[in-house]
Amino acid sequence: MTWWHRLWRRRQLEEQLDKELRFHLEQHASDLIARGYDPREARRQATLALGGPEQVKEECRDARGTRWLEDLAQDLRYALRTLRQRPGFAAVALLTLALGIGATTVMFTLINGVLLRPLPFPHPDRLLTLNEQTKGITDYRWGDLWAYSYPNYLDCKRESNSLDTAAWRYNGGTVSAPGEAEHVDAVEMSAELFSVLGVTLFRGRAFLPEDDRPGAAPVAIISHGLWQRHYGGSPGAIGKPLVFEGSSYTVVGIAPPGFRLSWEPDVFTPLGQNAQTYMQRRDAHPGIDVWARLRPGTTLEQAQTELALIGRRLAAQYPKTNAGRGFIARPLRQELVVELVGDDRSTLWLLLGAVSLVFLIACVNVASLLLARAVSRQRELALRVALGAGRGRLARQCLTESALLGLVGGALGVWLAATGIRPFVAFWPGSLPRAQEVQLDWHVLVFALAVSLLSGFLFGLAPALGAPTHDLEQILRAGARTVAGSSRRLHSGFVVSEIALAVVLLVSAGILGQTLLRLSSLDPGIDTRNLLITRTALSPSVLANPPRIPAAWRELLDRVRRVPGVQSATMVDTVPLREGNNQIGYWTTSAVPEKHQMPLALSSSVTPDYLKVMGIPLREGRFFDDHDRMGSKPVIVIDEVMAKHTFGNQDPVGKNLWMPDMPCIGPKGETFYDCTDPYEVVGVVGHVRYWGLAGDDQAHVRDQFYYPFAQVPDYFLPRWSELMSIVVRTKIPPLNLLEPLRREARGATGDQVLYEVYTMQQLASRSLAEQRFLLLLFGIFAGLALLLACIGIYGVLTYVTSRRVPEIGVRMAFGASARDVMQLVLRQSLVMILAGVALGITGALAAARLLEHLVTGVRSIGPLTFAAMICVLVVAALIASFLPARRASQVDPMRALREE
Amino acid sequence: MAEKSDLPQGTLELLVLKVVALGPVHGYAIAQRLLHVSRYVVRVPQGSLYPALHRLENRGLLAADWKETETGREAKFYRLTRKGRAQLEKEAASWERLTEAVGHILRLSEGGVQ
Repeated sequence: MTWWHRLWRRRQLEEQLDKELRFHLEQHASDLIARGYDPREARRQATLALGGPEQVKEECRDARGTRWLEDLAQDLRYALRTLRQRPGFAAVALLTLALGIGATTVMFTLINGVLLRPLPFPHPDRLLTLNEQTKGITDYRWGDLWAYSYPNYLDCKRESNSLDTAAWRYNGGTVSAPGEAEHVDAVEMSAELFSVLGVTLFRGRAFLPEDDRPGAAPVAIISHGLWQRHYGGSPGAIGKPLVFEGSSYTVVGIAPPGFRLSWEPDVFTPLGQNAQTYMQRRDAHPGIDVWARLRPGTTLEQAQTELALIGRRLAAQYPKTNAGRGFIARPLRQELVVELVGDDRSTLWLLLGAVSLVFLIACVNVASLLLARAVSRQRELALRVALGAGRGRLARQCLTESALLGLVGGALGVWLAATGIRPFVAFWPGSLPRAQEVQLDWHVLVFALAVSLLSGFLFGLAPALGAPTHDLEQILRAGARTVAGSSRRLHSGFVVSEIALAVVLLVSAGILGQTLLRLSSLDPGIDTRNLLITRTALSPSVLANPPRIPAAWRELLDRVRRVPGVQSATMVDTVPLREGNNQIGYWTTSAVPEKHQMPLALSSSVTPDYLKVMGIPLREGRFFDDHDRMGSKPVIVIDEVMAKHTFGNQDPVGKNLWMPDMPCIGPKGETFYDCTDPYEVVGVVGHVRYWGLAGDDQAHVRDQFYYPFAQVPDYFLPRWSELMSIVVRTKIPPLNLLEPLRREARGATGDQVLYEVYTMQQLASRSLAEQRFLLLLFGIFAGLALLLACIGIYGVLTYVTSRRVPEIGVRMAFGASARDVMQLVLRQSLVMILAGVALGITGALAAARLLEHLVTGVRSIGPLTFAAMICVLVVAALIASFLPARRASQVDPMRALREE
Repeated sequence: MAEKSDLPQGTLELLVLKVVALGPVHGYAIAQRLLHVSRYVVRVPQGSLYPALHRLENRGLLAADWKETETGREAKFYRLTRKGRAQLEKEAASWERLTEAVGHILRLSEGGVQ
């Protein structure tokens, strides 16, 4: 008979067991009767000899080997019954657990989606990212890694036997037909990109090697979204024209929905058709990303060796550009996650840490609830021991109950997480990288299951170990009341640890609140009210003809200024508080050193109205005017930070600075950035918190300077025009002007569009989004922790005082007043609270250190914040203790004593 | 009466196997026979007999059928399986080796440790 057979025929086995033992007893008795015993005495003797039929039966059942399952079923039934008997207890425990597990699951779902999930391509672990690597020149952010130059990429691709490689390059632009003009993200890619990633097109075909060449017929692949927006999702879109950046392309394919590189491109064009000169230059690095897939049977090490070999060969062949330059491959996932997630990673782990504190508090809370119940059930448990239940058996039953609670709580928690995750992701500051990967998958379910069981184990352990095994007689005779003292220490331990955990969360929330207050009160350096910022794409036909560009901008600005409600308007390439910056090295003499030895400053190319529109104060000298133009002396205006940094106490106005990386015309006519002429400082203006309210103080580069857009040579104008934004100061709420501005900007050709529109206040508020978001979550967590801790204190005190009713009765009978009794209880609670606070402060100090390290803008903790948060906690905890204390003080001594 | 058995650990099962090996027999008869066979020297607490029987049955060393006794009542009769017989032989042999060794040592100790 197999064990499940035995389980199946349990009832039959039970009957047989009973029958067998009865036969034994009767046989024994009749033997004894035959020997002359009185029948009643004979039966007694027989029963004594067997040693208690119920115990024998238990042992026989144990021998069956299906015991654990039967017990489990029995325990589950029993647990369900006891939970149903006390719906209040069950509800509180389940709610507590659901919140704890739900919050933890949400955070893990995020971490899983953003940091742990593989890339959404087949065999993602075989995908690599390739870079050039140099000896010598390093950058603080990217180190010695460089983007590929196109000729180097072509050589690596041709010579590698272990890798299938593909290249792509960002290329935004305007789609002007069919449909309404729209600025889109686009990508220039080599023909192999889709096949390397293992992605099949939704419709049509990928690029062929013939497409990926200079002079080939212009073809494009469009995203699923663009297909819907501009072609109405019509299957006839393949073969139709697409006008992108003023050129007509034939649509050959549609990418699958949701296809993304680091972002979601709308238009794909062949990289090989890019006819710019940098495509032929081995020393130019025009932002080409190279991705590769290991061919079957090859390893990363083989690929590395091969790339190193190719690197050495190219260095020998092209020493001028490739000396000291090699190639390196790294796993794509790791790279992509680091690049995309960046700072969000520490935020995620921080939140998981915070949420696990809440989870712990929830566990402690349920543990103390369960323990209180277990102690009042001690009599019942003792009875069961007396009837033959073993210690292990009782512990198992307690754990079954708590595991059941944990699992049901976990199921509720997962349900909470599943409903809560989307709104939560939507609320993430900025946009959460890889947000589309965030979903409840089996990793998350396994995690939630593990957490539920862990919680069940954590809070079930104490009651399980507390099951009585000795002094049964005493327990049974006296009832549970007199033995309650033995668990009091454990209860206090629970309260103390809950308080300590709550202190950590409260102080963290306090620190974040203080930080946010401090940062919000900082002066950004500009007047953020009524400012609208929008990127602007000039008509592709204008961009193709650089000498026409300055006039086109002037005309556009004039039209914008005429829109009713507009006070003034200006142009700028890099906008404070928004992504993007342009760092340029400078020197105070003409003996300019190596590039990486120069100090860096943030440069902005602006029109003369900039200062007035932004509301930046002029400190010294003058700002630009219409006389600063091509041919006049190159001028710049620096900010007060750069003035102090560079010139100390000297007057900067009239001084010269050398900046070889500025766009200018060198002595040999048109050149790439290679200026030898100095720039004259004509003014000093106020500092702007360019890096955001939180980040500016710690930024690497804080020096700022401005130069006139009018002094940018024609050669650079198309590139500069792609970067330009318009800033408008309005007399009415800025977003109300958006539609009129769009209409005015469209221009004669109707293909000039505004995109990435913000108000300056949105940007300022966004620069604190991380701090605000963290504060909100920590606030919620701390609130939850406080609530749970108060419930815990209330529960424990109610329980402990109710056990002390007889003692209190005696005290009152001997003359203690109601006030004395209240003091007695409150003192007891205060001791626990203070112990918890003391313990919590240690943890809070560590948490503060961690926050300082991980969150921009957090400074060392003010003792005031600390004290305030602890006061909140102590007051809340005392209020929670007040009710049980009052109840204790209203004890009627006579009744209390009689009960005893 | 709840005295502990004087039987060494595991011996009860060996004795039970031996008794059952003599022919199909029910639990009460096993208890009686153990009493007689051991001539009241070894006291088998009857309570542990049944769990032992059930363990042996579950391990496949014993099989059981419900049959009528000579007095016409239905009782559970145990018999030895082939596996049980092999186990009995093995355990009996090892028991004999053990007792022999122990006896040997005891005899030695009378002449003093060498």
